Amino acid sequence: MSKRLRILIAKPGLDGHDRGAKVIARALRDAGMEVIYTGLRQTPEMIVESALQEDVDGVGLSILSGAHMTLVPRVLNGLREAGLEHVKVFLGGIIPDEDVPRLKELGVVGIFGPGANTHEIAEFVRQQLTED
Amino acid sequence: MGDDNGLVTQALAGKRYALARLISQVEDDGETARAALAALYPHTGRAHVVGITGSPGSGKSTLVNELAKVLRGQGVTVGVVAVDPSSPFTGGALLGDRVRMRDLSGDPGVFIRSMASRGSLGGLARATGDVIKVLDAVGFQVILVETVGAGQSEVEIARTAHTTIVVEAPGMGDEVQALKAGLLEIADVLVVNKADRPGAANTARALELVINQNAAHDEGRWRPPILQTVALNGQGVPEVWEAVVAHRQYLRESGLWESQERARVETELFNVLREELLNRTLARVGRERVQEWVTRIADRQVDVYTAAASIIGG
Repeated sequence: MSKRLRILIAKPGLDGHDRGAKVIARALRDAGMEVIYTGLRQTPEMIVESALQEDVDGVGLSILSGAHMTLVPRVLNGLREAGLEHVKVFLGGIIPDEDVPRLKELGVVGIFGPGANTHEIAEFVRQQLTED
Repeated sequence: MGDDNGLVTQALAGKRYALARLISQVEDDGETARAALAALYPHTGRAHVVGITGSPGSGKSTLVNELAKVLRGQGVTVGVVAVDPSSPFTGGALLGDRVRMRDLSGDPGVFIRSMASRGSLGGLARATGDVIKVLDAVGFQVILVETVGAGQSEVEIARTAHTTIVVEAPGMGDEVQALKAGLLEIADVLVVNKADRPGAANTARALELVINQNAAHDEGRWRPPILQTVALNGQGVPEVWEAVVAHRQYLRESGLWESQERARVETELFNVLREELLNRTLARVGRERVQEWVTRIADRQVDVYTAAASIIGG
């Protein structure tokens, strides 16, 4: 029996727009994954704790506030410190092109902006999470 | 085999990620999970398992959040298992109960796990009982189990929990709804949540009427108290916990705690035996021969009972 993929979808930071996060949560659910949705205004610590308790394979972060260069490294470090370095992190929201190389260098596996196709995102996530 | 990667040892020593991994194993039901459950079993039987059920939107998650806060205030450790439905078509699930449990974040005395129902009916997942055992074994004193938003027939929680809280909200149905069999009959504690909304007193009265009728012919039996809460701000929630504690005392003093435990274990044993015997029979007879029987039954050459007797008989 193949294991069901479990993904945490979280919205760190203070902006209150979770439409995108909900669309992605829904798309991943429709792709057969178990999606744990945490809601708005999660701190990096809260996200790491949820990822640990839920034993997820991946974490999707939605950030529209522009704080991604602060928040993403804190989530990645937190995961590492918690022994969750195998958990893949992907990112959605408003991310300027010039930040993309640095974020990927830090370990983000995929970055999706407005207008990204939800089927493609789901397929990408599945491939990333079943790789190893 | 046995303790894969020492997960059981680590989880018993309080390592939270080991606990999370163990729960995943149990959910996925492998051989390793069975070995782990066998190793954990002697450590179980200490927790008070409390089920929370009710219609979608009645406020179950919010009540769980507030109950956990009351318990933490008393220094009691809390495991939470929150079940949401899996899609019957894709197998995917959106598990959203954590949204209302953010207050519990960062507390080492709390562990929350979301579970997809994975095709199980009855408001719980197949593995919920085993996940409860894992949380019990590692020492959580109270385990709050939130069911899928239940209708009128999802009563499996009553067989799983020691105490079942049924959550209602005003405006969700009239007295006739309350008279129907199902959820109300499994309630040990009844909560009318959103009591700040119009109609709460009416709902409570309607419930009272039904409970009175039910209780009329059962002297000395537990009578489910009806409590009003506004879970969103915690109002009335300490009283709910007091009622749960009173119910636990009643179970202990009446001897029901033991007899219900026995009944629970018996059901569990029969379920496992049923599954195991089915698997063994299918393995012995072989998939193809079973399919031949299916064809003959569908063609009306033989009925299911005769077919089953023949298959078991050889």
